[in-house]
Amino acid sequence: MRKYWWKILAYLLLLTICTEGFLVKVPVLDGRLQQSIRNTFFHVPMWFSMMIFYTVSVVYSLIYLYKPSHKSNDYAVEFARIGAVYCILGLITGAVWATYQWGDPSVWKSDPKLIGAALSLLIYLAYFVLRGSIVDPDNKAKISAVYNIFAFAMLFPTIWILPRMATSLHPGGQGAEGNPGLNPNDASRNVSIFLWLGVVGWTLLGVWITTLRVRLQLIIEKKLHG
Amino acid sequence: MSTSYKHIVTLIKKDLLLEVRQQYTFYGVLLYVASTIFVVFQTIGGEPEGFVWNSMFWIVQLFVCVNAVAKSFLQDSKGRMLYFYSVAGAGDFILSKIIFNAILMAVMSLISMLLFMALLGNPLIHIVSFVGISLLGGIGISLVFTFLAAIAAKAQQQAALMAILGFPIIIPQLLLLSKIAKTAFDTAIQPSLWQMVMVLAGLDCLIIVLALILFPFLWKD
Repeated sequence: MRKYWWKILAYLLLLTICTEGFLVKVPVLDGRLQQSIRNTFFHVPMWFSMMIFYTVSVVYSLIYLYKPSHKSNDYAVEFARIGAVYCILGLITGAVWATYQWGDPSVWKSDPKLIGAALSLLIYLAYFVLRGSIVDPDNKAKISAVYNIFAFAMLFPTIWILPRMATSLHPGGQGAEGNPGLNPNDASRNVSIFLWLGVVGWTLLGVWITTLRVRLQLIIEKKLHG
Repeated sequence: MSTSYKHIVTLIKKDLLLEVRQQYTFYGVLLYVASTIFVVFQTIGGEPEGFVWNSMFWIVQLFVCVNAVAKSFLQDSKGRMLYFYSVAGAGDFILSKIIFNAILMAVMSLISMLLFMALLGNPLIHIVSFVGISLLGGIGISLVFTFLAAIAAKAQQQAALMAILGFPIIIPQLLLLSKIAKTAFDTAIQPSLWQMVMVLAGLDCLIIVLALILFPFLWKD
């Protein structure tokens, strides 16, 4: 393993989350929330990590447009890919949580933040379809970089601004109190600590997977082009 | 700056002239509008409720826009594109396309609104504000799809790809539009109406700026 310090850190952090996360003392509030608050260690970091990965992907797209190179193209794609995977994971963990927090175990509820999340997933899936439909690699990289930037800019209204403006089941929309992400007064110390540990841990895991994939792509390209 | 303005005006005039002479594009889209609204009319049967009318209207707007914008980008062949590339700047070209598609969509919005009112009854209370909303909405949708058509044109698989790329991006805009448009059906005034209109206008400006910045990269081909 190259540069293993942060990989070991990621492993240890996630080990902590998955064990201590279920054992540590959390405040048991009203009847519904109870122990499922522990989902904060899984669900919320997914979204944080997803935004981080999408941001990094867009930065690499910008770098590609400024100075084209295979490396920045590969990075942009792989970070978008891991971002999409984390989006799916976030939706799944959200669905698991929703069955306890919001009532019946139906898979979907019409909540603006959910719709926004699903839309962002669709936008990035369309990104991969776009890449698949172009054959010439340079053209592919350039056009997908342009679409990546456009899609990222449209992402902000979709998942941050509109859900805040509409009535929502999530905290932070109209009709519910609280900041959607981080209210330091809202969470007990244990929950905050593990939340941030979770964010770091899951992000590092995603970065690890991405760098492995990028290295794989580079090796494949080297083999193909000699 | 003034030469750039002249270029844009000339390009728009060129498109308008093509429309007037080869009328099949304009009439093609018009026919599409009429047929779609007729299908809606037949399947719904009577005169629908306000909110059904509203949602049908915006769905029809969406599909008409996809069609109209796809046609307007399809008609320029590769050779002609090369000619434009050597003559006009990228910013001018995309701006002229944006303005032309916006005008086209505005006209189509008015026509489809008239047809809706004729066939499906008129549950509107504030007609003027609905006209304003449908114009704003039509232009906003056409902005997004113009830029996506530029992307899809480079990928050589125009209409289908444009639809795939476009639908997720356009949904928040459509949601905003149908929410604002609902106010034209009620007598009650919604409190955050102007806030939503501002968000929509801001979104449109963002798209135009992005298109102007990003199109030159697509153009170099």
